[in-house]
Amino acid sequence: MAVSMKNTSQGVGSAANTDIAPAVMRDMFRSMLLARALDERMWLLNRAGKAPFVISCQGHEAAQVGAAFALDHTKDFTLPYYRGLGTVLVMGMTPAEVMLALFARAADPSSGGRQMPAHYSSRRLRIVTQSSPVGTQIPHAAGIALAEQIRGGDAVAWTSFGEGTTSQGDFHEGINFAAVHQLPVIFQCENNEYAISVPQKMQMAVKSVAERGAAYGIPGVSVDGTDVLAMYEATRRAVERARAGDGPTLIEARVVRLTAHSSDDNDRAYRSQQELRAMRQHDPIARFATYLHEHDLISEDEERDMRQVIAAEVDSATDLAERAPLPEPETLYDHVYAP
Amino acid sequence: MPEINILEAIRQAIDEMMALDERVFVLGEDVGVRGGVFRVTEGLLDKYPGRVIDAPLAESGIVGACVGAAMNDTLPIAEIQFADFIAPAFNQIVQEAARIHYRSNGDWTMPLVIRAPYGGGIHGALYHSQSIEAFFAHVPGLKVVAPATPYDAKGLLKSAIENPNPVLFLEHKKTYRLIKGVVPDDDYRVPIGEADVKRPGEDLSVFAYGLMLHYCMEAARLLATEGVSVEVVDLRTLRPLDTGAILASVRRTSKALVVHEDNLTGGFGGEIAALIGEHAFEHLDAPVMRLGGPDVPAMPFAKPLEDAFMPSPAKIAAAMRRLAAY
Repeated sequence: MAVSMKNTSQGVGSAANTDIAPAVMRDMFRSMLLARALDERMWLLNRAGKAPFVISCQGHEAAQVGAAFALDHTKDFTLPYYRGLGTVLVMGMTPAEVMLALFARAADPSSGGRQMPAHYSSRRLRIVTQSSPVGTQIPHAAGIALAEQIRGGDAVAWTSFGEGTTSQGDFHEGINFAAVHQLPVIFQCENNEYAISVPQKMQMAVKSVAERGAAYGIPGVSVDGTDVLAMYEATRRAVERARAGDGPTLIEARVVRLTAHSSDDNDRAYRSQQELRAMRQHDPIARFATYLHEHDLISEDEERDMRQVIAAEVDSATDLAERAPLPEPETLYDHVYAP
Repeated sequence: MPEINILEAIRQAIDEMMALDERVFVLGEDVGVRGGVFRVTEGLLDKYPGRVIDAPLAESGIVGACVGAAMNDTLPIAEIQFADFIAPAFNQIVQEAARIHYRSNGDWTMPLVIRAPYGGGIHGALYHSQSIEAFFAHVPGLKVVAPATPYDAKGLLKSAIENPNPVLFLEHKKTYRLIKGVVPDDDYRVPIGEADVKRPGEDLSVFAYGLMLHYCMEAARLLATEGVSVEVVDLRTLRPLDTGAILASVRRTSKALVVHEDNLTGGFGGEIAALIGEHAFEHLDAPVMRLGGPDVPAMPFAKPLEDAFMPSPAKIAAAMRRLAAY
């Protein structure tokens, strides 16, 4: 990542073939703003005692939104991890659906209030249900792609995880399997340099997760994950490769974690004030906003209007979810087995 | 109708289901060209190219990939080469496969079969002899099947492949070639979750599955010559357990013995004993007895040690006599 103390647009789009239509860029920006606004609201609700648990996407928005814009929303599968709010919003989950999960409501489409928030799922949107032990979704992504190959389809499976997860056996087993069988999978490692409190250097001896690609005989690319256009471009190439039958790609999105690990963590216990301040200068949303304004792709008025609409959307999603009923106790026994 | 062994019955079930439904495929170690280390999948790669797939040697990856495939409109059969090697896949089976339907509130289904050859008496030592059913029969959301005859193995495996839930299909490896039986040509099913009285009797009920079912049958034939009538109930499915059949048998005979090869403490026999104690106490004329493997870490290699570990028809007959005399 470029070392800079300001949220400049420097470098944004430089790795990208920026023939992306202005309207698409504004859509990307809108998705990033929506993810951030929802995330910030969830923290407020947590601190107000209304939501027991929050885990954030803040700092990862460009990586998630850029990647998801390169997927085919009518057929591709996503297997995001718990920070994937930006991913699921682009794939079609609504703010109200996200809030229903936060409040563990019966109508929560991810789990009907059974899972902790941020364990996103929707069969309709091909967002695959996830668990909390990290990395289990990586072999699932390989298997979804294997099924696609067996059935002769051309959907790709896209999965995300943090850099801590690269220490898990399932990371190795899933990527190796996909590489051996040249399966259409995109492995996105969102490297924010921390697994709760443990820094990257205590997870791996290599400098970059992307280097691991070579061990599996697949491309490993390291991308500035705070640059939404670079993420879009890297993912677009990986999707092209996957659909052409050329196999998987490992993309390392170098991002920042702008919050503590979760609402139950205090990152001041292991990150210095200086580091926290420096990280703030890499906010992907501020960077993209600066870029859009510098290139006259959005006006101040348009951005203000966009933010207002999003704020209203977050308000109404919160209201709807808060009013929605909780699951009935007798539903505890539902869906142990499929009929 | 021809007599076939259990191994052939399982191969036929897979073959016929692969012919019936193009979504069925097999993934495991050595299942392709080699046809599996026990030859269960022999010849299937030639018949179904691309659908019998040799996996890298990684059990979590095998089950994990099948979990994914099951969510993309295929019907995977994962083969774990020996049940002893299933431990690395424990998380994928217990926390993923068994929970995906529940945790998605019924949105996703998990039509997955995991086949695992288990059990000892074949000089397999500590890591090619284990019984693993107790770990997995504890898990809601998972079905655990352990057939003992070719007819049941074929019919249950077909049911398992069609079932929308994850099924752990336990094949006692000593029965593969040892146990033969008549299997009809028609496309039949044996339903999951139903026990079967393999030998009706009056004086006591014995509950078993897999190889032990046959040892119990042998012991029951011996006891018959001594004037004791033993009912032998083949559980066939451990989860969901056919509690009705178990209780009905005990209420008739008033005495119960549970036999398994797995070690005794925390073993599946305890569950059956508790079930009978809770729901048929007033019908009992004797305490529920259990006969299981010894509480040692696993089955040793040397023949005297292996023999000392394995329940045998003689040991089972002795337990039956004690119970009959109570």
